[in-house]
Amino acid sequence: MASIETRSHSFDASSILRSTHKHDDPVEPCLKVENLNLYYGKKQALHGINMEMPKKKVTAFIGPSGCGKSTLLRCINRMNDLVDGVTIDGKILLHDENIFDKSVNVAALRRRVGMVFQKPNPFPKSIFENVTYGLRIQGINDKRILEETVETSLRGAALWDEVKDRLQDNALGLSGGQQQRLVIARAIAIAPEVLLLDEPASALDPISTLKIEELINELKEKFTIVIVTHNMQQAARVSDYTAFMYMGELIEMGATSQLFTKPTKKQTEDYITGRYG
Amino acid sequence: MIKTWFKSGSPWIWLNAAAVSTCLIMVIGILGLIMARGAGHFWAAPIVQLSYQEDDGQVKTIIGEHVDTTITPALMAKSTGFKMADNEDVLVQYLMKTGNRDLTGADFRWIQERNIKAQSQPADLIVIERREWGNFYGNLTAVKEGENVIATGEKAWDVLQERLKIALELHEHIAHLEKKEIGAINYGLDKLRLEQRALELKGKWNDQTAKEFADKKAAYDVDYKKYQAQLGELYQKVRRDSLVATTESGAELVIPLSKIVDVSQPNKMGFFTKVGRYFAKLGEFLSEDPREANTEGGIFPAIFGTIMMVIMMSIIVTPFGVIAAVYLREYAKQGFTTRLIRIAVNNLAGVPSIVYGVFGLGFFVYILGGSIDKLFYPESAPAPVFGTPGLMWASITLALLTLPVVIVSTEEGLARVPKAIREGSLALGATKIETLWKTVLPMASPAMMTGLILAVARAAGEVAPLMLVGVVKLAPTLPLDGNYPFLHLDRKFMHLGFHIYDVGFQSPNVEAARPLVYATSLLLVVVIIGLNLAAILIRNHLREKYRALEG
Repeated sequence: MASIETRSHSFDASSILRSTHKHDDPVEPCLKVENLNLYYGKKQALHGINMEMPKKKVTAFIGPSGCGKSTLLRCINRMNDLVDGVTIDGKILLHDENIFDKSVNVAALRRRVGMVFQKPNPFPKSIFENVTYGLRIQGINDKRILEETVETSLRGAALWDEVKDRLQDNALGLSGGQQQRLVIARAIAIAPEVLLLDEPASALDPISTLKIEELINELKEKFTIVIVTHNMQQAARVSDYTAFMYMGELIEMGATSQLFTKPTKKQTEDYITGRYG
Repeated sequence: MIKTWFKSGSPWIWLNAAAVSTCLIMVIGILGLIMARGAGHFWAAPIVQLSYQEDDGQVKTIIGEHVDTTITPALMAKSTGFKMADNEDVLVQYLMKTGNRDLTGADFRWIQERNIKAQSQPADLIVIERREWGNFYGNLTAVKEGENVIATGEKAWDVLQERLKIALELHEHIAHLEKKEIGAINYGLDKLRLEQRALELKGKWNDQTAKEFADKKAAYDVDYKKYQAQLGELYQKVRRDSLVATTESGAELVIPLSKIVDVSQPNKMGFFTKVGRYFAKLGEFLSEDPREANTEGGIFPAIFGTIMMVIMMSIIVTPFGVIAAVYLREYAKQGFTTRLIRIAVNNLAGVPSIVYGVFGLGFFVYILGGSIDKLFYPESAPAPVFGTPGLMWASITLALLTLPVVIVSTEEGLARVPKAIREGSLALGATKIETLWKTVLPMASPAMMTGLILAVARAAGEVAPLMLVGVVKLAPTLPLDGNYPFLHLDRKFMHLGFHIYDVGFQSPNVEAARPLVYATSLLLVVVIIGLNLAAILIRNHLREKYRALEG
């Protein structure tokens, strides 16, 4: 931890957050990252990250490949637990509860923090079974509840009209964009608080990408969304806040409009103007 | 020129094509040979009557079926002791099945073509398939009821058909009574004896139990006497009729109808009659018990035993293999130890199967089975129950033999399940075990089936270890029957592979058994293909269901 304090450019995102919203409604943070360090074996991948992600807003992580943005995202629902040799120190607070606490049930945490991956990964089951997977895991088998959830989730993911007549068909028969929306429907079916999107549109065609972006705008009414993207236009279009990361460090974070127009750090400016990255 | 030809890749393609066609030719050749030899066995061959000049100059009549022909060059024939005339280039010899072993001492004889003086196929020659002494070839002269002749000449054939039908029905009735009813009584009495012995060992044998047991025994006795009386009557009936036939030498022979399975006149048969008879014989072969030291009759117990053993083996090996593979792939920390275990498992697949047989006999049968007997079946001592080779030990030994195949293919299947699918499940709040059960294992199930297919193919054809742990030449009872508890895992059983060996090499009558060897081989291949097809169908169905793996 001492090493972080000695870093001159280590960045306190929470202060920015407060400062940029002096005149807006008070922003209630949903997630707080405090002094997070992550090591793959001996190699350090994240350096002293501090940030806040406000409730029911979209926070985007941008940065060049390998900067640690996906790693940070995967910390939030503890997906990095699955990787051998990972050690983490620091805290991530979800409503003031440290998710790395020993008392935290990882499966329960993941129910509160849903995740959508880069490549659509529907299960080789029917559309219906895909959406109800999370509920069935929780032991909910009441047919009425399941049917209701399937409809609301698919409507929520803007997929209902396309698949309502073939819910029993195999999900693998859907197109890539439909599959990704199905995966989003699957994630929101268990009503999480936070939705993590790991480059959700990078494997999709432009029209499907547009649909996903529209969907993100609708979803932020209900969920706190954290999105990783390497597409800066996308970050500008969909997010309320943007964090720029570089080499495992958080360089700058702020309201999206401000970060893209008046970045405070030179590195950020270089990146968004396309001088490197 | 040659150089460009090599560069074009044509030689390589030709080489590949040659390799593939060699494989194809071998497979088709094997199947074709077995099929031609095995399937032909049930076809009614014509009977020929020959006037044959023996070496001493006497002319005799020979009646029989032509089985085989050999052509020997004159020089070679001379060196083996045949007298060859100068104008003879070759010596043609026929192998004739002449039957009548009870009279002549042999079923088959070689004859030389040059000594055949006349040849004909008289329509009314008959061949009798008998329960003992093999086939009879000759002429029907009369049918007798007791000591009285009831039909002769032309009429005899029709009367014989009627009488034989009745006799066969009676025989079936007798077999049913003896095997099912009296068999059940014997089984019950034996159980009673064991129960009594168990009570005695526990010191709970007293006057009251003695009385109970005596009552039960008396009930069995009453039944037994009843059946015995029925049997007596049936035997008298079935022994009443007989036929009189003349052999090739003109000698008369009386054959009781109770000793006859089938009478036919192949020379009178038309093509369609022969086809019908062919399928009837094939049906008999598949559904009946063997006779005469396995050289005649059917092979039903062997088919049944093979399939039972394979099913038992599958039931044992699948859960074991899958659980081991899941542990190795999903839970165990990948490192030196797991690598060592994998190497051991792979090497296990290369251990000669007879070694498994020895292990099965030494460990399963004697140590495990012996202990089970001591603990649970003290009453039947000194006769072993599980301490002797039987179906259960054979299945377990073969399960052990095929375990590596199942482990390896299941592991491959698990490795092929994409990480994204696992993460997707975990991200929805599923625990590792839930992910495993609901997503990973179903997706790996086609690979498990592949393992099982390979295991079945190997186990069904295995013979060597089975000889040590449960297979016998002739099992009097099937491992599954109507007597409680229905499935008798302690019983010995028959097996097609061992049957082939036994009939082909251990038989007292090799010539007679040879077609049966081919027929049984054909059947074994068919059974294995059938089992495999069933498993492949299931696997393809599963693959279709979980085809995410290809994406």
